[in-house]
Amino acid sequence: MAYSDQTRASYQQLLAGIRDDGLFKEERYIHSEQGVEIAVEYPAGNPPKEVLNFCANNYLGLSSHPEVVKAAHEGLDTRGYGMSSVRFICGTQDIHRQLENKLTAFLETEDTVLFPSCMDANAGLFEAVLTQDDVMIADRLVHASIVDGVRLCSAKYDTFKHSDMAHLEKKLQEHQSARYRMVLTDGVFSMDGDVAKLDQICELADKYDAMVMVDDSHATGFIGKRGKGTHEHCGVLGRIDVITTTLGKALGGASGGCVSGRRELVEMCRQRARPYLFSNTVAPVVVYAANKVMDIISATTERRDKLEANTRYWREGLTKAGFDLKEGETPIVPIMLYNAKLAQDFARDLFAEGIYVIGFFFPVVAKGAARIRTQLSAAHEREHLDKGLAAFKKVGEKYGILGLKKDEIITKYGL
Amino acid sequence: MSMQDVITDYIRDEYLEDEAQSVELDTPLISSGIVDSFSMVSLKTFLENKYNIKIPDEEATPEAFDTVRKIMELVRKFAPDAG
Repeated sequence: MAYSDQTRASYQQLLAGIRDDGLFKEERYIHSEQGVEIAVEYPAGNPPKEVLNFCANNYLGLSSHPEVVKAAHEGLDTRGYGMSSVRFICGTQDIHRQLENKLTAFLETEDTVLFPSCMDANAGLFEAVLTQDDVMIADRLVHASIVDGVRLCSAKYDTFKHSDMAHLEKKLQEHQSARYRMVLTDGVFSMDGDVAKLDQICELADKYDAMVMVDDSHATGFIGKRGKGTHEHCGVLGRIDVITTTLGKALGGASGGCVSGRRELVEMCRQRARPYLFSNTVAPVVVYAANKVMDIISATTERRDKLEANTRYWREGLTKAGFDLKEGETPIVPIMLYNAKLAQDFARDLFAEGIYVIGFFFPVVAKGAARIRTQLSAAHEREHLDKGLAAFKKVGEKYGILGLKKDEIITKYGL
Repeated sequence: MSMQDVITDYIRDEYLEDEAQSVELDTPLISSGIVDSFSMVSLKTFLENKYNIKIPDEEATPEAFDTVRKIMELVRKFAPDAG
């Protein structure tokens, strides 16, 4: 079948529908390195505007850190640009294994295998370790990549209400006849910034003989006193059977992810996980720089401590200004606006004030739970935060929402 | 208990976070976000066990699960005597 006019027209109609629904995603072109002070071309064709970035996953401020960039140069000079191979043919350098070992030591697990991304780690993990005799029981708000991995796996699956331990227990009871049970959760949930109740999940897993899998992409490097992740924060180091995480956020932010955990499960991924087997190895330059990142965060907690202080200052500032925040302690700080149009208008006005944030609304978050999600970084300095707070206050005043509670904002703007 | 009550009760227990929320015969479930397509699986399993039927995956679409009325139609297709 050729790409006929009719075929083209049907796709054009589909895209028009996405636009009409207000769900069309547009890229904003950044004319600088990733960081707090960036130059953004938006809308496309406009001259780049200097703005402060409050929406990157650059939690530790390492994306453009001089030491990391220097390491990347060294990696490029000594190990070349590409490997032109999957891992198990001729795509594994000593630095790949070195990085896996550093991740294992940092996460306090038994072994680690790198993947091209954490999306790939989640897509490949379950079908590599579970069969149709098993069941996966997932928190309803897990990341889309876990949903994809679940769908690719022949094991049965079920879900439990977000962070509802009574519901999880009920599900574990219902699935006692399966050979293996595996509970799946994000460590930190990316839209609300809340932390999974891993201590209680581990208790239930022990009681009902289940394994526990955590995607710690929004936690590795900064959650927990030594930044190891939610398992450290919740006091369950060594009790999580599989952790997946990313190098694409706090750990330098380039690309790559991993599966880390029980030795045999990791080995099964090496043998069976399709994104590991059939996708190119992580580029040497990324691996070299990520090794440096692991050295930095293993040597000192300075950056995660600064991030923690920034988060506290930001939360206090917004609360004092009268915003309605999702409670929490992670550097994901959602400012609740409830109404989708208000969230979009608010983000647009903040951009005009030099603050770069994004409004999120249904179907990315629940209907009637539209918000601006802000994310803090160790690269934010006090003056950046103060400028951000002043802009939020100015725009909040414009829309008359300061000091209003949920019901009052909904009464004013609707859902 | 009527089929409508059985299904409505299950949806209330299994999915609703807010007790004030109500589910009527034509309340949109999936398109409104009350039930997401990922979590739909437990409703499908419940119906299969309750009415002793097997709903093929190709029939278990988000559209077919979007209201209690549509769910009842789907069940009756495979269990004409289910009430």
